[in-house]
Amino acid sequence: MSHTESHVGLIWRVFAFLSVITVLEVFLGITKPDILHLTPLLGTSVLNWVFLLLTLVKAYGIAWYFMHLKDEKTWFRRSIVWPVVFLISYLTFFLLYEGQAVYEIGHEWTRWTY
Amino acid sequence: MEAIIADSQKGEAWSGGGNRPYGASYGKMMMWFFIMSDALTFLGFLGAYGFIRFSFIDSWPIADQVFTHIPFVHGVFPMYYVAFMTFVLIFSSVTMVLAVDAGKQMNQGKVIFYLGLTVIGGLIFLGSQAWEWKTFINGSYGAVELIDGKIVQFVDNTGKQISLESFASSTHSDRVQQTKNNGIWFEHEASLPQVTLEQVKEGFASHSDIYLRTELINLETKQKTIVSREDANILLSKSVKVVQGANLKENEYGKTLFADLFFFITGFHGFHVTSGILINIIILINVILGVYQRRGHYEMVEKVGLYWHFVDLVWVFVFTFFYLI
Repeated sequence: MSHTESHVGLIWRVFAFLSVITVLEVFLGITKPDILHLTPLLGTSVLNWVFLLLTLVKAYGIAWYFMHLKDEKTWFRRSIVWPVVFLISYLTFFLLYEGQAVYEIGHEWTRWTY
Repeated sequence: MEAIIADSQKGEAWSGGGNRPYGASYGKMMMWFFIMSDALTFLGFLGAYGFIRFSFIDSWPIADQVFTHIPFVHGVFPMYYVAFMTFVLIFSSVTMVLAVDAGKQMNQGKVIFYLGLTVIGGLIFLGSQAWEWKTFINGSYGAVELIDGKIVQFVDNTGKQISLESFASSTHSDRVQQTKNNGIWFEHEASLPQVTLEQVKEGFASHSDIYLRTELINLETKQKTIVSREDANILLSKSVKVVQGANLKENEYGKTLFADLFFFITGFHGFHVTSGILINIIILINVILGVYQRRGHYEMVEKVGLYWHFVDLVWVFVFTFFYLI
Protein backbone atom coordinates (compact mmCIF):
# COMPACT_ATOMS: atom_id res chain seq x y z
CA MET A 1 0.00 0.00 0.00
CA SER A 2 1.46 3.31 -1.02
CA HIS A 3 1.96 6.08 1.48
CA THR A 4 -0.71 8.71 1.18
CA GLU A 5 -0.49 12.33 2.16
CA SER A 6 -1.36 13.28 5.72
CA HIS A 7 -4.64 15.06 6.52
CA VAL A 8 -3.69 16.25 10.00
CA GLY A 9 -4.43 19.91 9.28
CA LEU A 10 -7.89 19.09 7.92
CA ILE A 11 -8.66 16.86 10.91
CA TRP A 12 -7.93 19.65 13.40
CA ARG A 13 -9.99 22.12 11.37
CA VAL A 14 -12.96 19.71 11.43
CA PHE A 15 -12.49 19.28 15.18
CA ALA A 16 -12.53 23.07 15.67
CA PHE A 17 -15.68 23.28 13.56
CA LEU A 18 -17.45 20.51 15.55
CA SER A 19 -16.39 22.14 18.84
CA VAL A 20 -17.78 25.51 17.83
CA ILE A 21 -21.11 23.90 16.93
CA THR A 22 -21.22 22.01 20.25
CA VAL A 23 -20.49 25.21 22.21
CA LEU A 24 -23.25 26.97 20.26
CA GLU A 25 -25.68 24.14 21.02
CA VAL A 26 -24.89 24.17 24.73
CA PHE A 27 -25.14 27.98 24.85
CA LEU A 28 -28.57 27.87 23.19
CA GLY A 29 -29.61 24.95 25.41
CA ILE A 30 -28.77 26.85 28.61
CA THR A 31 -30.05 30.30 27.66
CA LYS A 32 -33.05 29.10 25.59
CA PRO A 33 -33.79 32.50 24.04
CA ASP A 34 -37.55 33.09 24.16
CA ILE A 35 -37.68 34.28 20.58
CA LEU A 36 -36.49 30.85 19.40
CA HIS A 37 -37.87 28.72 22.22
CA LEU A 38 -41.45 30.02 22.22
CA THR A 39 -41.95 30.48 18.48
CA PRO A 40 -43.63 27.41 17.00
CA LEU A 41 -42.60 26.12 13.60
CA LEU A 42 -43.81 22.95 11.87
CA GLY A 43 -44.95 21.11 14.99
CA THR A 44 -42.17 22.16 17.36
CA SER A 45 -40.21 25.28 18.32
CA VAL A 46 -37.72 27.13 16.12
CA LEU A 47 -35.07 26.31 18.72
CA ASN A 48 -35.60 22.57 18.24
CA TRP A 49 -35.21 22.96 14.47
CA VAL A 50 -31.96 24.85 15.09
CA PHE A 51 -30.73 22.00 17.32
CA LEU A 52 -31.72 19.42 14.70
CA LEU A 53 -29.96 21.33 11.93
CA LEU A 54 -26.76 21.76 13.98
CA THR A 55 -26.87 18.04 14.86
CA LEU A 56 -27.13 17.06 11.21
CA VAL A 57 -24.20 19.35 10.36
CA LYS A 58 -22.17 17.64 13.09
CA ALA A 59 -23.19 14.20 11.84
CA TYR A 60 -22.11 15.26 8.34
CA GLY A 61 -18.72 16.39 9.65
CA ILE A 62 -18.13 13.14 11.49
CA ALA A 63 -19.31 10.85 8.68
CA TRP A 64 -17.65 12.69 5.79
CA TYR A 65 -14.30 13.64 7.33
CA PHE A 66 -13.71 11.31 10.31
CA MET A 67 -15.25 8.20 8.74
CA HIS A 68 -13.76 9.17 5.36
CA LEU A 69 -17.03 8.85 3.45
CA LYS A 70 -15.75 11.79 1.39
CA ASP A 71 -12.90 9.62 0.08
CA GLU A 72 -15.08 6.62 -0.81
CA LYS A 73 -16.37 5.96 -4.30
CA THR A 74 -19.53 7.96 -5.01
CA TRP A 75 -21.91 5.00 -5.26
CA PHE A 76 -20.42 3.22 -2.24
CA ARG A 77 -21.12 6.37 -0.24
CA ARG A 78 -24.63 6.60 -1.63
CA SER A 79 -25.36 2.91 -0.96
CA ILE A 80 -24.64 3.65 2.71
CA VAL A 81 -26.16 7.10 3.16
CA TRP A 82 -29.33 6.94 1.06
CA PRO A 83 -30.98 3.84 2.65
CA VAL A 84 -30.23 5.08 6.18
CA VAL A 85 -31.51 8.60 5.48
CA PHE A 86 -34.63 7.23 3.80
CA LEU A 87 -35.47 4.76 6.59
CA ILE A 88 -34.80 7.33 9.33
CA SER A 89 -37.05 9.91 7.66
CA TYR A 90 -39.75 7.32 7.02
CA LEU A 91 -39.92 5.82 10.51
CA THR A 92 -39.45 9.15 12.29
CA PHE A 93 -42.25 10.81 10.35
CA PHE A 94 -44.79 8.10 11.14
CA LEU A 95 -43.76 7.65 14.78
CA LEU A 96 -43.90 11.38 15.53
CA TYR A 97 -47.17 11.77 13.62
CA GLU A 98 -48.70 8.88 15.58
CA GLY A 99 -47.30 10.22 18.84
CA GLN A 100 -49.03 13.54 18.17
CA ALA A 101 -52.29 11.67 17.46
CA VAL A 102 -52.00 9.69 20.69
CA TYR A 103 -51.47 12.96 22.56
CA GLU A 104 -54.54 14.57 21.00
CA ILE A 105 -56.70 11.60 21.96
CA GLY A 106 -55.24 11.07 25.41
CA HIS A 107 -54.67 14.49 26.93
CA GLU A 108 -58.38 15.33 27.13
CA TRP A 109 -58.82 12.39 29.46
CA THR A 110 -55.89 13.24 31.71
CA ARG A 111 -57.02 14.94 34.90
CA TRP A 112 -54.82 17.59 36.48
CA THR A 113 -57.28 18.49 39.25
CA TYR A 114 -59.11 16.16 41.60
CA MET B 1 -14.36 -18.54 -12.74
CA GLU B 2 -11.57 -18.34 -10.28
CA ALA B 3 -12.41 -14.77 -9.41
CA ILE B 4 -15.82 -15.57 -7.93
CA ILE B 5 -14.97 -18.75 -6.01
CA ALA B 6 -13.55 -18.15 -2.56
CA ASP B 7 -10.31 -20.05 -2.24
CA SER B 8 -9.96 -21.29 1.32
CA GLN B 9 -6.39 -22.42 0.65
CA LYS B 10 -5.38 -18.83 0.16
CA GLY B 11 -7.02 -17.96 3.47
CA GLU B 12 -9.51 -15.71 1.72
CA ALA B 13 -12.73 -17.62 2.33
CA TRP B 14 -14.13 -14.68 4.32
CA SER B 15 -12.84 -11.94 2.11
CA GLY B 16 -15.02 -12.36 -0.98
CA GLY B 17 -12.15 -13.95 -2.85
CA GLY B 18 -10.18 -10.74 -2.64
CA ASN B 19 -12.74 -8.75 -4.65
CA ARG B 20 -12.86 -5.04 -3.92
CA PRO B 21 -16.24 -3.73 -5.09
CA TYR B 22 -16.30 0.08 -5.08
CA GLY B 23 -12.63 -0.06 -4.13
CA ALA B 24 -13.50 -1.07 -0.57
CA SER B 25 -12.14 -4.22 1.02
CA TYR B 26 -14.52 -6.91 2.25
CA GLY B 27 -13.87 -6.07 5.90
CA LYS B 28 -14.45 -2.36 5.50
CA MET B 29 -17.62 -2.87 3.50
CA MET B 30 -19.04 -5.27 6.07
CA MET B 31 -18.15 -2.83 8.86
CA TRP B 32 -20.15 -0.20 7.01
CA PHE B 33 -23.11 -2.54 6.59
CA PHE B 34 -22.94 -3.44 10.28
CA ILE B 35 -22.91 0.27 11.13
CA MET B 36 -25.99 0.79 8.95
CA SER B 37 -27.92 -1.92 10.76
CA ASP B 38 -26.74 -0.63 14.13
CA ALA B 39 -27.84 2.88 13.16
CA LEU B 40 -31.30 1.49 12.47
CA THR B 41 -31.35 -0.19 15.90
CA PHE B 42 -30.64 3.18 17.49
CA LEU B 43 -33.30 4.65 15.22
CA GLY B 44 -35.73 2.19 16.82
CA PHE B 45 -34.80 3.40 20.31
CA LEU B 46 -34.74 7.10 19.52
CA GLY B 47 -37.90 6.74 17.43
CA ALA B 48 -39.65 5.16 20.40
CA TYR B 49 -38.42 8.08 22.51
CA GLY B 50 -39.88 10.54 19.99
CA PHE B 51 -43.18 8.69 19.85
CA ILE B 52 -43.59 8.57 23.62
CA ARG B 53 -42.44 12.12 24.08
CA PHE B 54 -44.93 13.42 21.53
CA SER B 55 -47.63 11.33 23.24
CA PHE B 56 -46.92 13.19 26.50
CA ILE B 57 -45.85 16.50 24.99
CA ASP B 58 -47.62 18.47 27.76
CA SER B 59 -46.14 16.56 30.70
CA TRP B 60 -42.65 15.33 29.73
CA PRO B 61 -39.78 16.16 32.14
CA ILE B 62 -37.68 19.20 31.18
CA ALA B 63 -34.06 18.03 30.76
CA ASP B 64 -32.68 21.28 32.22
CA GLN B 65 -34.40 20.42 35.50
CA VAL B 66 -33.19 16.80 35.52
CA PHE B 67 -29.47 16.86 34.67
CA THR B 68 -28.20 19.72 36.79
CA HIS B 69 -25.15 18.37 38.57
CA ILE B 70 -21.41 18.37 38.04
CA PRO B 71 -19.01 16.29 40.15
CA PHE B 72 -17.51 17.74 43.36
CA VAL B 73 -19.48 20.99 43.09
CA HIS B 74 -22.81 21.85 44.67
CA GLY B 75 -25.38 23.94 42.90
CA VAL B 76 -27.50 23.89 39.78
CA PHE B 77 -25.51 23.66 36.53
CA PRO B 78 -27.73 22.40 33.73
CA MET B 79 -25.99 20.66 30.84
CA TYR B 80 -22.35 21.58 31.56
CA TYR B 81 -21.31 18.08 32.48
CA VAL B 82 -22.95 16.38 29.53
CA ALA B 83 -21.37 19.03 27.29
CA PHE B 84 -18.01 17.99 28.75
CA MET B 85 -18.82 14.34 27.99
CA THR B 86 -19.66 15.27 24.40
CA PHE B 87 -16.31 17.03 24.08
CA VAL B 88 -14.45 14.03 25.45
CA LEU B 89 -16.10 11.76 22.90
CA ILE B 90 -15.52 14.12 19.98
CA PHE B 91 -11.90 14.52 21.03
CA SER B 92 -11.42 10.76 21.24
CA SER B 93 -12.85 10.62 17.72
CA VAL B 94 -10.17 13.11 16.65
CA THR B 95 -7.37 11.03 18.19
CA MET B 96 -8.84 7.97 16.47
CA VAL B 97 -8.78 9.59 13.06
CA LEU B 98 -5.23 10.81 13.77
CA ALA B 99 -4.30 7.19 14.53
CA VAL B 100 -5.80 6.11 11.20
CA ASP B 101 -3.90 8.90 9.48
CA ALA B 102 -0.63 7.85 11.17
CA GLY B 103 -1.35 4.26 10.09
CA LYS B 104 -1.50 5.38 6.47
CA GLN B 105 2.01 6.82 6.95
CA MET B 106 3.09 3.45 8.48
CA ASN B 107 4.14 5.37 11.59
CA GLN B 108 3.79 2.74 14.32
CA GLY B 109 4.78 5.02 17.22
CA LYS B 110 2.18 7.62 16.38
CA VAL B 111 -0.56 5.00 15.94
CA ILE B 112 0.21 3.64 19.42
CA PHE B 113 0.15 7.16 20.91
CA TYR B 114 -3.15 8.23 19.32
CA LEU B 115 -4.92 4.88 19.76
CA GLY B 116 -3.87 4.91 23.42
CA LEU B 117 -5.34 8.42 23.81
CA THR B 118 -8.55 7.16 22.20
CA VAL B 119 -8.83 4.36 24.77
CA ILE B 120 -8.27 6.85 27.60
CA GLY B 121 -10.91 9.20 26.18
CA GLY B 122 -13.37 6.32 25.99
CA LEU B 123 -12.69 5.38 29.60
CA ILE B 124 -13.24 8.98 30.75
CA PHE B 125 -16.54 9.06 28.88
CA LEU B 126 -17.65 5.75 30.36
CA GLY B 127 -16.75 6.88 33.88
CA SER B 128 -18.69 10.11 33.33
CA GLN B 129 -21.70 8.16 32.19
CA ALA B 130 -21.52 5.93 35.25
CA TRP B 131 -21.46 9.06 37.41
CA GLU B 132 -24.41 10.49 35.46
CA TRP B 133 -26.38 7.29 36.08
CA LYS B 134 -25.52 7.30 39.78
CA THR B 135 -26.68 10.91 40.15
CA PHE B 136 -29.88 10.19 38.26
CA ILE B 137 -30.63 7.03 40.28
CA ASN B 138 -30.01 8.75 43.63
CA GLY B 139 -32.08 11.78 42.66
CA SER B 140 -31.74 15.32 43.90
CA TYR B 141 -34.90 16.75 45.48
CA GLY B 142 -37.40 13.97 46.00
CA ALA B 143 -41.05 14.16 45.00
CA VAL B 144 -44.47 12.80 45.88
CA GLU B 145 -46.43 10.37 43.75
CA LEU B 146 -50.21 10.68 43.43
CA ILE B 147 -52.77 7.91 43.30
CA ASP B 148 -52.72 7.78 39.47
CA GLY B 149 -48.93 7.83 39.19
CA LYS B 150 -48.46 11.55 38.59
CA ILE B 151 -45.48 13.23 40.22
CA VAL B 152 -45.67 16.51 42.12
CA GLN B 153 -42.57 18.44 43.17
CA PHE B 154 -42.09 21.23 45.70
CA VAL B 155 -40.87 24.74 44.93
CA ASP B 156 -40.27 27.85 47.02
CA ASN B 157 -41.95 31.19 46.32
CA THR B 158 -39.41 32.04 43.61
CA GLY B 159 -40.27 28.86 41.69
CA LYS B 160 -36.98 27.15 42.56
CA GLN B 161 -37.29 23.46 43.39
CA ILE B 162 -36.54 22.46 46.99
CA SER B 163 -35.77 19.11 48.52
CA LEU B 164 -38.20 17.21 50.72
CA GLU B 165 -35.71 17.12 53.60
CA SER B 166 -35.55 20.92 53.68
CA PHE B 167 -39.13 21.34 54.86
CA ALA B 168 -40.49 17.96 56.02
CA SER B 169 -41.38 17.84 59.71
CA SER B 170 -39.18 15.72 61.91
CA THR B 171 -41.92 13.88 63.78
CA HIS B 172 -41.06 10.44 64.98
CA SER B 173 -42.11 7.62 62.69
CA ASP B 174 -43.12 4.17 63.88
CA ARG B 175 -42.53 2.62 60.49
CA VAL B 176 -39.58 0.24 60.73
CA GLN B 177 -37.66 -1.49 57.98
CA GLN B 178 -39.07 -4.99 57.45
CA THR B 179 -36.63 -7.87 57.55
CA LYS B 180 -36.90 -11.40 56.32
CA ASN B 181 -36.97 -13.02 59.75
CA ASN B 182 -40.22 -11.33 60.84
CA GLY B 183 -42.53 -12.26 57.97
CA ILE B 184 -43.80 -15.54 56.57
CA TRP B 185 -44.18 -14.58 52.91
CA PHE B 186 -41.90 -11.58 53.06
CA GLU B 187 -38.89 -11.58 50.74
CA HIS B 188 -37.48 -8.06 50.72
CA GLU B 189 -38.43 -4.40 50.56
CA ALA B 190 -36.68 -1.32 49.28
CA SER B 191 -34.98 0.76 51.96
CA LEU B 192 -37.34 3.25 53.60
CA PRO B 193 -37.29 6.82 52.24
CA GLN B 194 -35.50 9.39 54.37
CA VAL B 195 -38.75 11.23 54.92
CA THR B 196 -42.22 9.75 55.10
CA LEU B 197 -45.32 10.98 53.31
CA GLU B 198 -46.82 12.12 56.62
CA GLN B 199 -43.76 14.24 57.40
CA VAL B 200 -43.94 15.83 53.94
CA LYS B 201 -47.63 16.65 54.40
CA GLU B 202 -47.05 18.15 57.85
CA GLY B 203 -44.09 20.14 56.59
CA PHE B 204 -46.11 21.46 53.68
CA ALA B 205 -48.97 22.51 56.00
CA SER B 206 -46.61 24.37 58.32
CA HIS B 207 -44.65 26.26 55.62
CA SER B 208 -46.97 28.67 53.82
CA ASP B 209 -44.28 29.80 51.36
CA ILE B 210 -43.95 26.40 49.68
CA TYR B 211 -45.85 25.59 46.51
CA LEU B 212 -46.54 22.51 44.46
CA ARG B 213 -45.34 22.00 40.90
CA THR B 214 -47.18 19.49 38.71
CA GLU B 215 -45.90 17.77 35.58
CA LEU B 216 -48.27 19.74 33.37
CA ILE B 217 -46.38 22.02 30.97
CA ASN B 218 -47.92 25.31 29.91
CA LEU B 219 -47.37 24.99 26.16
CA GLU B 220 -47.31 28.80 25.78
CA THR B 221 -44.48 29.47 28.25
CA LYS B 222 -42.88 25.96 28.20
CA GLN B 223 -42.86 25.95 32.01
CA LYS B 224 -44.24 23.42 34.47
CA THR B 225 -47.44 24.52 36.20
CA ILE B 226 -47.25 25.71 39.81
CA VAL B 227 -50.62 25.36 41.53
CA SER B 228 -52.21 27.37 44.35
CA ARG B 229 -52.02 26.27 47.99
CA GLU B 230 -55.69 25.19 47.95
CA ASP B 231 -55.24 22.99 44.87
CA ALA B 232 -52.00 21.70 46.34
CA ASN B 233 -53.81 20.45 49.43
CA ILE B 234 -56.33 18.59 47.26
CA LEU B 235 -53.50 17.03 45.25
CA LEU B 236 -51.60 16.06 48.41
CA SER B 237 -54.71 14.35 49.76
CA LYS B 238 -54.42 12.01 46.76
CA SER B 239 -50.76 11.23 47.35
CA VAL B 240 -49.59 7.68 47.94
CA LYS B 241 -45.84 7.73 48.48
CA VAL B 242 -42.56 9.60 48.52
CA VAL B 243 -40.31 9.05 45.50
CA GLN B 244 -36.56 9.57 45.82
CA GLY B 245 -34.43 9.20 42.70
CA ALA B 246 -35.22 7.34 39.53
CA ASN B 247 -35.31 3.72 38.42
CA LEU B 248 -37.34 1.53 36.08
CA LYS B 249 -40.40 1.68 38.36
CA GLU B 250 -40.53 5.27 39.58
CA ASN B 251 -38.97 8.60 38.75
CA GLU B 252 -38.95 11.70 40.92
CA TYR B 253 -38.43 13.91 37.86
CA GLY B 254 -41.74 12.94 36.24
CA LYS B 255 -42.77 10.22 33.82
CA THR B 256 -41.32 6.80 34.63
CA LEU B 257 -41.00 6.26 30.87
CA PHE B 258 -38.43 9.05 30.81
CA ALA B 259 -36.25 7.08 33.22
CA ASP B 260 -36.85 3.82 31.33
CA LEU B 261 -35.84 5.35 28.01
CA PHE B 262 -32.87 7.12 29.59
CA PHE B 263 -31.54 3.86 30.98
CA PHE B 264 -32.19 1.89 27.79
CA ILE B 265 -30.80 4.40 25.31
CA THR B 266 -27.78 5.70 27.22
CA GLY B 267 -27.20 2.16 28.49
CA PHE B 268 -27.24 0.71 24.99
CA HIS B 269 -24.90 3.47 23.87
CA GLY B 270 -22.66 2.92 26.90
CA PHE B 271 -22.53 -0.77 26.00
CA HIS B 272 -21.31 0.24 22.54
CA VAL B 273 -18.65 2.45 24.11
CA THR B 274 -17.57 -0.45 26.34
CA SER B 275 -17.20 -2.87 23.43
CA GLY B 276 -15.50 -0.11 21.41
CA ILE B 277 -12.90 0.35 24.15
CA LEU B 278 -12.31 -3.41 24.32
CA ILE B 279 -11.88 -3.67 20.54
CA ASN B 280 -9.57 -0.64 20.57
CA ILE B 281 -7.45 -2.25 23.29
CA ILE B 282 -7.17 -5.49 21.31
CA ILE B 283 -6.12 -3.60 18.20
CA LEU B 284 -3.73 -1.46 20.26
CA ILE B 285 -2.02 -4.63 21.51
CA ASN B 286 -1.71 -5.82 17.90
CA VAL B 287 -0.21 -2.49 16.89
CA ILE B 288 2.30 -2.66 19.74
CA LEU B 289 3.22 -6.21 18.72
CA GLY B 290 3.83 -4.94 15.19
CA VAL B 291 1.20 -7.14 13.51
CA TYR B 292 0.08 -4.45 11.07
CA GLN B 293 3.61 -3.21 10.44
CA ARG B 294 4.42 -6.75 9.17
CA ARG B 295 1.12 -6.99 7.27
CA GLY B 296 2.07 -3.85 5.40
CA HIS B 297 -1.07 -1.83 6.10
CA TYR B 298 -3.11 -0.52 9.04
CA GLU B 299 -6.56 -1.12 7.60
CA MET B 300 -7.63 -2.86 10.81
CA VAL B 301 -7.16 0.42 12.68
CA GLU B 302 -9.32 2.10 10.06
CA LYS B 303 -12.08 -0.49 10.55
CA VAL B 304 -12.24 -0.20 14.34
CA GLY B 305 -11.98 3.55 13.80
CA LEU B 306 -15.19 3.43 11.78
CA TYR B 307 -16.93 1.72 14.69
CA TRP B 308 -15.57 4.24 17.18
CA HIS B 309 -16.67 7.20 15.06
CA PHE B 310 -20.10 5.62 14.80
CA VAL B 311 -20.34 5.49 18.60
CA ASP B 312 -19.49 9.20 18.62
CA LEU B 313 -22.06 9.85 15.88
CA VAL B 314 -24.81 8.16 17.89
CA TRP B 315 -23.90 10.18 20.97
CA VAL B 316 -24.33 13.40 18.97
CA PHE B 317 -27.95 12.39 18.39
CA VAL B 318 -28.57 11.09 21.93
CA PHE B 319 -27.17 14.40 23.26
CA THR B 320 -29.53 16.38 21.06
CA PHE B 321 -32.70 14.42 21.73
CA PHE B 322 -32.21 13.72 25.44
CA TYR B 323 -30.56 16.90 26.66
CA LEU B 324 -31.21 19.73 24.20
CA ILE B 325 -34.61 19.31 22.58
